[in-house]
This record gives sequence, structure tokens and C-alpha cells, in this order.
Amino acid sequence: MADVVCCLLAKAGLDRSAQGVLGAGRRLADSLGGKLRAVLVGPSSDALTAGAAAVADTVVVADHPLLAEYQSELYLTALASTCQALSPAAVLLANDTYSQELAPRLAHRLGGSSGGDAVEVSAADGKIRVTRGVYGGKATAVIELKRSPAVVWVRARALAPADAAGRSPGAIEKAPLDLTDDGRMKVVSRHAEAREGVRLEDARVIVSGGRGLGGPEPFKQLQALADVLGAQMAASRAACDAGWVPPSWQVGQTGKKVAPELYLAIAISGASQHIMGIADSKVICAINRDADAPIFKHCRFGLVEDYEKVVGPLREKLSRPT
Amino acid sequence: MNLVVCIKQILDPEIPARDFRVDAAKREAEQGGANLVANIFCENALETALQAREAHGGKLTALALGPEGAEDVLRKALALKADEAALVVNDGASNPDPLFIAQALAAAVRKLGEYDVVLVGREAGDWGAGQTGGLLAEELGVPCISFAESIEPGSAPGTVKVKRQTDAGWELIEAATPLVVTITNHDKNVPRIPKTRDVMQSYRKPLTKWTFTELGIDPASAHAYYEVAELFIPRKESQCEFIEGDTLEAKIDAFAERISSIIRAM
Repeated sequence: MADVVCCLLAKAGLDRSAQGVLGAGRRLADSLGGKLRAVLVGPSSDALTAGAAAVADTVVVADHPLLAEYQSELYLTALASTCQALSPAAVLLANDTYSQELAPRLAHRLGGSSGGDAVEVSAADGKIRVTRGVYGGKATAVIELKRSPAVVWVRARALAPADAAGRSPGAIEKAPLDLTDDGRMKVVSRHAEAREGVRLEDARVIVSGGRGLGGPEPFKQLQALADVLGAQMAASRAACDAGWVPPSWQVGQTGKKVAPELYLAIAISGASQHIMGIADSKVICAINRDADAPIFKHCRFGLVEDYEKVVGPLREKLSRPT
Repeated sequence: MNLVVCIKQILDPEIPARDFRVDAAKREAEQGGANLVANIFCENALETALQAREAHGGKLTALALGPEGAEDVLRKALALKADEAALVVNDGASNPDPLFIAQALAAAVRKLGEYDVVLVGREAGDWGAGQTGGLLAEELGVPCISFAESIEPGSAPGTVKVKRQTDAGWELIEAATPLVVTITNHDKNVPRIPKTRDVMQSYRKPLTKWTFTELGIDPASAHAYYEVAELFIPRKESQCEFIEGDTLEAKIDAFAERISSIIRAM
């Protein structure tokens, strides 16, 4: 009962998120003196299987024709039966929407306790503790999970990958899955928002707009600036709620958690729930006409100006070779 | 459709960080001069349910768990024309954990009778655990769809069609009722504001109250799932360098240079 399971949705591949979960899992297993099992649910690639085997003591491939695409009830059943057989002390998942949806229900089925949005997972006196932001990021809580296993979804991209050097690769097994679809839930269609280039979560530069832009039109100017920087576009909840940009652009406590090298916030006041989504950025900078805007408290540097006067000239300046 | 909407009353999440204090011993935020409000995602859930009822008919029951004062969020729901309201009075469980809340809500939902969909907010603006929906579904033994923005009747009787947000975009899911759906914010479910007259009248409408005992729930188990061991305000160093310059152009040039140097170093 000292083992740790990392549950990875295999379709996402060996991305930074999967590496973060495996890294956290490896460190937790080592501190508990247990084994690390990587459970890959759904159709897996050789790269993911090999990458997981490089870090884990065992890789358990949990695939089945009914798991070709994500469906919550089937994925939950597959994970519950696979984890049950492994009797872990802790189960770690990433922070994609599917994993967030699965974690509490998986904990319930395993008779354990779940905690989420963890920036740190630690063990003390045989209990797993989760450190996370609460009250919209204004406070930090350490939560003790009382039942076992602890089922925790983590801020995957903010966690360091494992150092796999010198390890011999773990064994690869197949999970015996007996799944039937009761037909109670069917995904009728899936739609991806048009987005060129990398995912927002993986973006190295992000240009983000907020309520202060006043409407959808100024986002075109921001897009032109983003194009010059090779940046991805994002927005605050206020801009998404207003319908100016799609919900998939939303960054914050209840949106995407991003970790770029550079986050440029334009006309975003910086409510703490927004900061929760950008706190892992390496450098945050902002353009805002209000010098007292809370966003500046989180910035490396900032410009107190009306965005309308700045964005156009800034784009021109940055498009010139230096 | 027969809809139940769960609404949580929380400390106003809009209070500025400089006014925010925690009681480290009690491991709770201090209310100070701040208001208690309905959690925004619960209001999004209520709005989603109101729209579904307007378009397709049915019954809407608002359900809350909290101290006597949480009646306020239910009165507001009644003012927005919820058909019925019920409060599970928390009379002795300080900051109960998500499983306890789900168990108490499940008992209340069963007591309300037949339902098609229970709607809950995706998470609350205080503790942000985001577990109520999933655990409630497990307690009720029904499926769950998370991060939804709209609900409508499905292609066959006894089914619903739910549009839900994903990391990449969105999915349309058809599911048999009964089920639990967690609601996220969207430009189509921005909460409406009740009319003052309707707020006044809501106080004349009946509101059911249940104690934990009446629901067969033991407050002694309020922390059997998890417990907050520590709560503190993280120390943050603010050292923003404001870009200065004699002219706007000089400031923009300096700002651009800072950005360029970061991008060059990547």
C-alpha cells in the first residue's frame, strides 16, 4: 500500500503534462518507498509507452475498443477496475478537463479521497497531503486526504519531469478489461475550436486581452501583435463571458492554466482568479491604463497606458528586425 | 424536464486581496465586512435551468446546504421563479468536506422525489474543490457530465442533450436521465437579475427546511473524507518595473525592447 499510480489519458501522448504527472508520481513513490505504476487508458502510442516505462516501474496499458474516444462512464469504469487491482496509496492525474472530471468519481469508487489542483503532493504520517490555492488564489491550503487511496489531480505542467537517467525501463503489461457500454451516454459530436499552432497550455508566448478592451473588435489588433510575436491568444473570463472570444480562450482558475515564457496581459485588471491561471508563467508583463490594477503586482514590468495608443505602434516596432 | 439546481452561498470572491484575511486556527477565511453571495457557477447553473424550463417546460427546484442565512440564495432563486426551494440546514458541521456535502445533497435530492437532471456549479469560488457534482452522481448512482453550458431534451424521451466545454472546444453528449450535470460559465448563461418586486414576493413563498437528522446524516462524519490542515496567505513580492519615458514613443520602444530581449533569450 505504498505504491503510486499515474493515470494518463493515452491519446494526449507524452506531452509536458504527462511528463509532469510522471515526475510527481516518481517522487511521491520514492518518498513512500513504493513502486510507480503508469496506467495508460485508451489507445496508446509507442512513444508514450516507452516514455512512461522510462520513469515507471510498471506500465499498465488499459485499452479496449470502447475506449477509442473519451467517454466519462467507460473511462471511469476502466480506471476504477485497473486501479483497484493495483491497490495504490495514491493515484495521480493531470489537470485536463477529462482528468478533473474523473478524479472525484474515481476516488469514490475506490473508497478513497480526492484533492485537486495540487501544486504539491506530500506524505506525512501515512496520509497524503495536497497543497493548493483556494479563495481564488488569495490563500493557500494544505489538505489532508483521510481515506486511501488519495486520488489527486495536479498542476501537471508546473511539476518537474522525472530524471530517468540510469533507470532500467519498467515492464509493460496489459490490463484485463471487461467493459460493456450500457448506452446511457453517447458523445454525439466533438468540435475543436479553430486554433493554429500549439495549444494554449503549451504556448511559449501568450497575448491575452480582458474586459478593458470593451468588445470583440480590439482582439483583432491583439491578434496582429500576437502574430508578430509568434504568440497564442488568450482572454480573461470577463471577455469570454461577454462572448467576445470563444470559451476555449479563457485563462484563470476556471479556464486554462498556462505556463509560458512570456505572458502579455492587455487591459486585464488581474482578478485573483485570473492570476491563478497564469501564476506559472516565467515572465508576466502588462499594459493597463490603471497603475493600481492588481495585475501589475504580478508583473516583471508594465506599461501604464491606454492599450489603444500602444498596441499598433508596439506591433510595428516588434515587426522590425532588431 | 424536472430540474434540481444546487446553489452554494459563499464569501464574496470579489473582495480585494488587500482586505482578505484568514483565521489560521479555524482554517477559514474571515468574513470581515464582506457579503455572502451565491457562487457564480451555481448562478450560471440556475440560469441554464431557467432557460431550459422556459424553452421546454418542466419544474425547477432550488436546493442549498448551509447555515440558516443561506436561505438568501434560495429566496433569490424563488424571485427568479424557481418553483420550489429547499434548504439543508447545516447546524453543526464546520466547513464540511466534499463527500459529506454530496451525501447530504443526495439525501435531499431523494427526498424531493423524481428528477431528470441535478445541476450544480462546476466549482465554488471559495474552496474551489470542484467535487460536488461528481461525488453527488456517485452517491445517487447516476452518470455525470461536467463543464456543461446548456441542456435541452434529447432525441428520445428520457434523454437530454448536453453541450459541454472541453480543452479543445466542445462536445455534444446525449444521455439518459436521471443524471448530474456540472455547469460552467458561458456568454449564454450569464445570470439574470431578479426584479425588486419579485425579491419582495419571494419571501411569501414556501421554503422547505431539513436538518441533518431528518435526512439521516451524521455531522460527526463531516471530515471523514478530508480536512484542511493549514490555511495561510502566501507571501508575494511585487516588484513591477514601470516603463518610463519622456514620450509615448519612447515608452513603447522601451517596452518593445524588454519583450524582444525575452523572446531572443527563449
